[in-house]
Amino acid sequence: MTEAGQVEATEAIRIEDLCKSFGPNQVLTGISLSVQRHEVVCLIGASGSGKSTLLRCINLLEPIDSGRIALLGQDVTAPDIDQNLVRRQVGIVFQSYNLFPHMTVMRNITLAPVKARRMPRPTAEEEARALLSRFGLLDKQDEYPDRLSGGQQQRVAIVRALAMQPQIMLLDEVTSALDPELVAEVLDVIRELAAGGMTMLIATHEMGFARDIANRVCFLEEGQIIEDAPPDQLFTNPSDDRTRRFLRSIVDAGRM
Amino acid sequence: MMQRMPPGQSLASGWQVPGSFGTSGRGPKLLSGGGRRATAISTVSTIAVVGALVAIFLLAPGSKEVRHNFFDLHDMWQSFVGNPNNGYYSVGKAIWLNIRMFLAAEVLILILALAIALIRQSASPVLFPLRVLALVYVDFFRGVPLLLVIYAIGFGLPALRLPFVSYQSMAAYGVAALTLSYSAYVSEVYRAGLNSVPRSQVAAARSLGLSQPTALRYVILPQAIRNIVPPLLNDFISLQKDTALVGVLGAIEANQAAQIYSSTVFNYSSFTVAAILFLILTIPLARFTDRLIDRDRQRRLAGAVR
Repeated sequence: MTEAGQVEATEAIRIEDLCKSFGPNQVLTGISLSVQRHEVVCLIGASGSGKSTLLRCINLLEPIDSGRIALLGQDVTAPDIDQNLVRRQVGIVFQSYNLFPHMTVMRNITLAPVKARRMPRPTAEEEARALLSRFGLLDKQDEYPDRLSGGQQQRVAIVRALAMQPQIMLLDEVTSALDPELVAEVLDVIRELAAGGMTMLIATHEMGFARDIANRVCFLEEGQIIEDAPPDQLFTNPSDDRTRRFLRSIVDAGRM
Repeated sequence: MMQRMPPGQSLASGWQVPGSFGTSGRGPKLLSGGGRRATAISTVSTIAVVGALVAIFLLAPGSKEVRHNFFDLHDMWQSFVGNPNNGYYSVGKAIWLNIRMFLAAEVLILILALAIALIRQSASPVLFPLRVLALVYVDFFRGVPLLLVIYAIGFGLPALRLPFVSYQSMAAYGVAALTLSYSAYVSEVYRAGLNSVPRSQVAAARSLGLSQPTALRYVILPQAIRNIVPPLLNDFISLQKDTALVGVLGAIEANQAAQIYSSTVFNYSSFTVAAILFLILTIPLARFTDRLIDRDRQRRLAGAVR
């Protein structure tokens, strides 16, 4: 780490001592995390441990109380930052899909490229079709979201985020609202993204998937990263008692 | 653990339309008997009720005078076509002024009310004075009777002798008063619509890098407006007939024309004509509103959210 510039260039996400509270409720209490380019990091932990809030802070959907977030070497918590420009580089996919119900799949995907990046509509539609066919959704382009299954809606939501050509993808429990039989199709999409070298920060309850796809897994509890390790180490030989307790509860629930 | 919501379930709460309880149209009815017997009963009871009302009207001691004063066919026709030589106007022509005032006010209300609603919903500290102003505006114009607003605008503005604004037609002052008063109500309808769009939709739009105005224009407003079409139309039915109040300024709209006829000829049948004309205007809009509410309920029952 002799030359700071070089280090920054390979670092996609750098978070330093991030704190965030909602009123009296301390949600994040000093998070520090670094994600390299092309790295896939999974966040695990009980509901309320701060996974979602962390992702929403990185996307600037939540203002932070203190700390620093740098994306691709740029401090995005600086006061003069253009939040819209930052968000165009960071895609986020939500648990509840949040597709726009009054628009077709095609319009859902092309809205942001056309309105925010000023891409000509024909170009945007061409790129959208390319993404849709890559994920086996081309025949759904003229459907409205309510005509799609949950799995299809979530895949469209991922395509919608990808259409902005983000450098980083944040996935917030994207399979938690899905029927078990629909989970696989969404996980396959994420696997393909990882294979393509996408930098991803993934909050998930799918332990098998996390173990399978992640370069590193972070266990969160009470707004702090308790343990940050490669999946093999974290799942088989966790160093912290709290991690061990959490994993045991997962095993007891038959979820691993 | 993992409970899947049916498609659209997460958004369904945003698509509730106040005031549709399934009492009209094709949907299941709250009060329904079954089949042919029900039809027979409802026919008989309708005939009985209407017959009784007609009988009371015809047998009333003053029936003859009332029929002559309010339902005289000759007077109804005379007031409908008008006769300037005898000093009265055509109610049939005057209703066009109501229609024109209604259409002008409607467009202005939709714009002004949206602006007020957006200001009231804004969070920016810069807009704080405007928010206070909007709140005062809504409180004021919802509290003051429309008739007083019409008097104030129609007699107050000309008295100020300002360039342009003091030299408009009475109908224009009427439109201004209707717009000021109704915008206060309609802005609250807009606000309800904006609040009915789930916050997650805002987050989704902003997370894609859309600016606040773009998100509002393409994501939030279309969903909000779809939710409030029935209550909006309801307000506009009310607006249609409130154009009659502008007659107090002397504008020759249907009600004023009827008034002039009755005080010239001493027969009130002209008001019946005006009433019938207003009904012809409002009933189609009312039925259209019912159909929209019905269609909306059908959709929601089908689990769709579009």
